[in-house]
Amino acid sequence: MMSIALEIPYWGQSLLRVLGGIGAVLLPAGTIVYLFLFKMMSFMQSRLGPMEAGPFGSMQLLAEVGKWLQKEDIIPENADAKIYKLAPVIVLVSTFLLVVVVPFGPDALFTNFSAGVFYALAIGSVSVIGILVAGWSSANKYSLLGGLRAAGQLIAYELPMVLAVVGVVIQAGSMNLQQIVVAQNSGSIFGWDGVGFPFVLTQFVGFLIFMIAVQAELTQVPFDMPIAESELVSGYMTEYSGFRFLIFFIGEFATAGVFAFIASVLFLGGWGIPFSWFGWESLDAVDGWMNIVGPVIMLTKMLVLTGIIMWVRFSYPRFREDQLQRFAWKVLIPLSLANIAVTAILKVAI
Amino acid sequence: MAQLSDTDTDESTPVVDELRDEIVARLRADLGDAVVDVHQVPQVDLWVRVTPESWRAAGEALRAQGFDYFCFLSAMDWMPSPFGDGENDPTEEVEEDPAASEIRQGYTGGDTRFQMLARVTDTRRHVSVTLKADLPQHDDGAMSIESWIPVYAGANWHERETHEMFGISFDGHPDLRNMYLPGDFEGYPLRKDFPLLARLVKPWPGIVDVEPMPASDDDEGDDS
Amino acid sequence: MTMLSERQQMSYIAAQAADARLNVELETEGMTLNIGPQHPATHGTLRIIARLDGEQVVWAEPSAGYMHRGYEKLTEVRTFPQVTALINRIDWLGSFANEVPFILAAEQLMNIEAPPRAQHIRTILFELSRIANVSLFLGDLGVQMGAVTPVFMAFRDREYVLNLIEGATGGRFHPNFDRIGGLKDDLPKGWLDETRQVMKKLRNFCDEIEDLLFGNEIFQSRTRGIGVIPADVARQYGLSGANLRASGVDWDLRRDQSLPLAYDKVDFRVWTHPDGDSWARCWIRLQEVREATKIVDQLIETLPPGPVMTKVPRIIKVPEGEAWVSTENPLGEMGYYVVSKGDLGPFRVKIRSASFNNISITPWVLKGVYVPDIITILASLYFILGDIDR
Repeated sequence: MMSIALEIPYWGQSLLRVLGGIGAVLLPAGTIVYLFLFKMMSFMQSRLGPMEAGPFGSMQLLAEVGKWLQKEDIIPENADAKIYKLAPVIVLVSTFLLVVVVPFGPDALFTNFSAGVFYALAIGSVSVIGILVAGWSSANKYSLLGGLRAAGQLIAYELPMVLAVVGVVIQAGSMNLQQIVVAQNSGSIFGWDGVGFPFVLTQFVGFLIFMIAVQAELTQVPFDMPIAESELVSGYMTEYSGFRFLIFFIGEFATAGVFAFIASVLFLGGWGIPFSWFGWESLDAVDGWMNIVGPVIMLTKMLVLTGIIMWVRFSYPRFREDQLQRFAWKVLIPLSLANIAVTAILKVAI
Repeated sequence: MAQLSDTDTDESTPVVDELRDEIVARLRADLGDAVVDVHQVPQVDLWVRVTPESWRAAGEALRAQGFDYFCFLSAMDWMPSPFGDGENDPTEEVEEDPAASEIRQGYTGGDTRFQMLARVTDTRRHVSVTLKADLPQHDDGAMSIESWIPVYAGANWHERETHEMFGISFDGHPDLRNMYLPGDFEGYPLRKDFPLLARLVKPWPGIVDVEPMPASDDDEGDDS
Repeated sequence: MTMLSERQQMSYIAAQAADARLNVELETEGMTLNIGPQHPATHGTLRIIARLDGEQVVWAEPSAGYMHRGYEKLTEVRTFPQVTALINRIDWLGSFANEVPFILAAEQLMNIEAPPRAQHIRTILFELSRIANVSLFLGDLGVQMGAVTPVFMAFRDREYVLNLIEGATGGRFHPNFDRIGGLKDDLPKGWLDETRQVMKKLRNFCDEIEDLLFGNEIFQSRTRGIGVIPADVARQYGLSGANLRASGVDWDLRRDQSLPLAYDKVDFRVWTHPDGDSWARCWIRLQEVREATKIVDQLIETLPPGPVMTKVPRIIKVPEGEAWVSTENPLGEMGYYVVSKGDLGPFRVKIRSASFNNISITPWVLKGVYVPDIITILASLYFILGDIDR
């Protein structure tokens, strides 16, 4: 476990972490945009998508970034300029803060909070502030409606998300994300430890609720009322242009990636492979090469999950605001409470 | 489809149209003398002209008969356009033809330059009636008639449009704002004396098309 | 308010109650929201001024006229054959269907009739423009509710129909193909076979859309019971086409009037729906595309031989008279009241377009709904801006 950390001085570690953090946020975002937004969506809609920039349009994203950077940064006259400028940064920073707790390998992690789950869920809702602020400061009615919708929606779906995770915490007996990964990979199903014990097997209700809540947190269709391009033009982003819009755009997809990371840590076994394959007994016994393989495994799981998120996004129509609230409060929250109760009873009983 | 006839021939055509006859009979019974004139093309269409005072009453009577589908409401300006019909080169001098500026109303006749025009349908009996009414102008040129909104709610926008295009005001209409034109627009575009400027300043290139062709084998029909 | 289903009554009562509540609790400050004239949801430049209380609409008023082109005035300075070029642009998605009623009205005044083959081809092209128009509606429906995929499928399959129209007429959007007394040309070689294939594709498209969109619970919850229009209100406002039939009124001008078109030679079903809500309107349109493909298939089989143009004078002067002809266009009842004074051009043409009446009901139907429902109701009423403003 110790090998890498000991050889690198502290400033080097910090630098590595910063670069790793940027990579862990931007790499998934870029991959998601290219793979799903450009290519899978095009495939589903019987078109080719971008084909000109680079082979199969793979450089399209860079071209888009270049385009946005060149565009004029327009601030509406009546806007609260300082807050207006700050809003996209809040959204993006919350994504960076979120990725900090995600473990990518036995040592490949940024920080090892003992209450990582708690931190992740808390930080995950910071982006609401950014969105609300963006909606309010734009001095635009569409933006305001979008911002308010976002606030209502994100708060409503924060709750089922937290409750869905509680089941995992009960089962793992820890709020530390690294411990949750270990618990899943060192576990066994009725004595058979061939695949470890990913929590999705017992917590499939929790997993489903978590993914729905993630969909809502990300304001993806069918929960994209805050943006709702056919009603509110572009919701809270209506007035943003140029690189501020770009920051929102990156934030949107980066957050999708990070939430998919967290979901794969909580439910799908995270970076780990079943410890029994190599006879590892505990976290300390895990070989150092997992620090390389782990992130790849994480990326694969993340892509599967974001693939589902995007698939739903491209094929579903959106809810109405009141239907969305009803769905959260009347379906998801009671369901997740029941899930907690059942989990707790089984945990005590077995 | 029944063969059509342009002339007013209820008697000379063998086709009888009991349905439309019955409609007219009931309308006469309801409105009495208010039904001024009736024109019928049997099996095809029916025109009824009523007095302007009974415009709304005629609508109500038709509605009571089952004509509950509102098709459209508009107006007619029967004055021939003082600017010609756009078929001639506007730069040429045209000799005055007094017959050309004579007002001739269409089916069911009439006495005034402007006429109301509305059409309602009975979706059960599959029959429609075109209703007309004279629109007498007051001394200042203004015209007004009762609104149809209480009878057919859908008349709202049609009356707004008619007000905007012809300058006819509708008594009892809640909101006669312009639909298309700016609020301070002057003039009534669909009146015949409203010039279509684009056509006046430059001859329409399409005029070429209507010049008589050189002699051909085709029967020139009623072309004179 | 008789003859309403229970769901309709509930929805109506709910709307009334919302109305009453808003009148009582007006201490909160409302907000006036302009939707349009430039807005992603209004295909064209329709502006909706909505007074909101939170997300609920207190009243809404559409404001048209941003695209008024004055066709009624322009027709007065054009000859009869020239007018078709103008009216092509009224409902630009189903252009050919605009020409037919005007030509029929002129023919009625001239007392001539197109030869049977021309009538058949007219009907085929009429139904093709219906398919081209309504299939785009079906795709657009998804976009209005946030589902982006259906619209691409609609554009994909509509392209085949546009190709057919282009093959027959030479114009994809504005064919200007109908002539007084017949058609400009006969159909090109191989066109009928291709049409058969395309009709199959379109039926598949309908199945796809039904699976993807109509079968979706979210779509249903967004449309069912929303924007209920009872039959008597629909008739009063002169709603026509699918909007009227969705309110349970069995009225289709293709079946219920005799025009020199080939509809009496085919077997098709006129669908109605008792609910009168957005769902019903969308569903009826879906069925109508299906019926249209069947009509086209049947007409291809029975296409009679013969000329496509009857003998008409080279310079067309229409005898004095008045005629009204309306047909069941993709958007609803489209009619022309043509007055001729025996000149080369019409004396006056009153254009009765379907969308004008269909949209005039919006102040009534938008009362008390939520902002997202404005979009779905407008989408389900289905308007083309050129058809409102003319």
